[in-house]
Amino acid sequence: MSTVRLSYPIPSNDFIAAGEASSNVKKILSQIGIPAEKIKKAAIAMYEAEINAVIHAGGGVADVEITAGRVVINIADNGPGIPDLELAMTEGWSTAPDNIREMGFGAGMGLPNMKKYADRLQIKTQVGVGTTVTITVNFA
Amino acid sequence: MNEYFHSVNLDKNKCRGCTNCIKRCPTEAIRVRKGKAGIIRERCIDCGECIRVCPYHAKTAISDELDVIKNYRYRVAIPAPSFYGQFDKKYSRDNILNALKGIGFDQVFEVARAAEIVSEATRHMILDPSVKKPMISSACPGVVRLIQVRFPGLIENIVKLESPMEVAAKIVKAQLGKNSNIPKEEIGVFFISPCPAKVTSVKSPYEKQTSYVDGVISMKDIFVKVLAELGSPDNTARYSAAGLEGLDWANAGGESGALPTEKILAVDGIHNVIKILDEIEGDRLSDVDFVEALCCVGGCLGGPLTVANVFVAKTTLKKHILEAPVSSIEKMPPKSFEELVWTSNVEYKPVMKLDQDILKAMEKLEKLESIYDGLPGLDCGACGAPNCRALAEDIVREIANETDCIFKLRQRIRDLAEEMVELGGKVPPVMDSDGQEEDG
Repeated sequence: MSTVRLSYPIPSNDFIAAGEASSNVKKILSQIGIPAEKIKKAAIAMYEAEINAVIHAGGGVADVEITAGRVVINIADNGPGIPDLELAMTEGWSTAPDNIREMGFGAGMGLPNMKKYADRLQIKTQVGVGTTVTITVNFA
Repeated sequence: MNEYFHSVNLDKNKCRGCTNCIKRCPTEAIRVRKGKAGIIRERCIDCGECIRVCPYHAKTAISDELDVIKNYRYRVAIPAPSFYGQFDKKYSRDNILNALKGIGFDQVFEVARAAEIVSEATRHMILDPSVKKPMISSACPGVVRLIQVRFPGLIENIVKLESPMEVAAKIVKAQLGKNSNIPKEEIGVFFISPCPAKVTSVKSPYEKQTSYVDGVISMKDIFVKVLAELGSPDNTARYSAAGLEGLDWANAGGESGALPTEKILAVDGIHNVIKILDEIEGDRLSDVDFVEALCCVGGCLGGPLTVANVFVAKTTLKKHILEAPVSSIEKMPPKSFEELVWTSNVEYKPVMKLDQDILKAMEKLEKLESIYDGLPGLDCGACGAPNCRALAEDIVREIANETDCIFKLRQRIRDLAEEMVELGGKVPPVMDSDGQEEDG
């Protein structure tokens, strides 16, 4: 079974380049011929994870694995980690600083949106070490 | 007509095979082959961007010649609102409409009047909570086709109301049917267009089977004739009836400005439109109920078939807007807005797909990625594709070769030359004298 593997660096503190990885993945999924609504789910969930890595963790790496049945997006950073994951999953909860909010980010919808659009969301986080978010979207 | 009719076309004699158009095309629909820019028909959305950027005027729009009106006994011109922006400010709308009539029409009817009806219908729709938001205007056919090929997730958001051009043609034909005994087939209604995508809309409509419009005439083509007629002293008969709301559709922001809400966004210029559609598809645009997106910078006044500079035309139109009544709509209420709803729908055209079979498409994609990694990433366009990634895509689609890249070709030649030098230095053992000397 063939697998397409892609890897993108996520820059730190660069809101213009942020979102490039998810927009590339979106393009690639449509070239493969994945249904539009699945592409939308994957692209939105990945975008949120990407932006989170930019805002909170000084960037990271996005690894994407596409098979005929699903896409698995792994976003890993070496940031501060999430002390209270349950709280972080609450809609509207945000630790983003004011300057980030002024740019229209940090509305506290990142993780809730990931959960909403991913078919499966796994988060491994350790304070002081980093966070790895794994988003799975099934095509069928 | 046929599905892949396109107004945008190439004049092979003028094309020099440069890279201007391939690099600006929003759907990567152009490739240079044998020194000429060829359009991939299923990808073209008729936005006219290539017509605008071609320095040799090799990209043209096919529209109807003025002579086609002679095929009809009763001829009606329906000018787009942008038409008024093409002439000197000193001429009134009535002067312009009289002059237009003077070049061979029996009647003129302003599309701007129909635009007011479409605005009214849109105002009803925007209040309906069952209508998907943000609504994306279908006023620009280039944008609708862009959504079809690049933003399938937004097809549901398109406002499925007939365009002012169609509504105008329908009204004209209905009125003539009621008030005259001219047989239907002898009436010809002609749109005076700033835009090649509108030509395609008439020849190959996506929203229904056949258009009410019988021909589309380019503003450019009749400009000089109308100008000559403008000199005539008796062009003062009153034909203008549209209100400022309808006229403002020629401007970017005009259509959305007529809506009773602040939650609007107006974007013009195809590359700006793509960025906004990306935002909408990514669910990142909040608090917007209506999006007016137009391919051309400045809106229809900036259309590729216009004559006047878009910014000058804007000022001219402003004058007409100031002179116009607020609205003409109460003079002609439509029976019901349902009449304006599309009878067929637009479908996703997956033209970017690498293969019909997902597994094969994935294989091609893997190959594409590895080829792309080996390309220089200069996006020079010398291979005939708009950028390195597009070349990699063409290679896996088997319509291009890796050595089409001049850097790849040079590398191959260099490798070959080095190998030749190396081979040239090798001496067959029978002629090798070194060993003998050492022995001796």
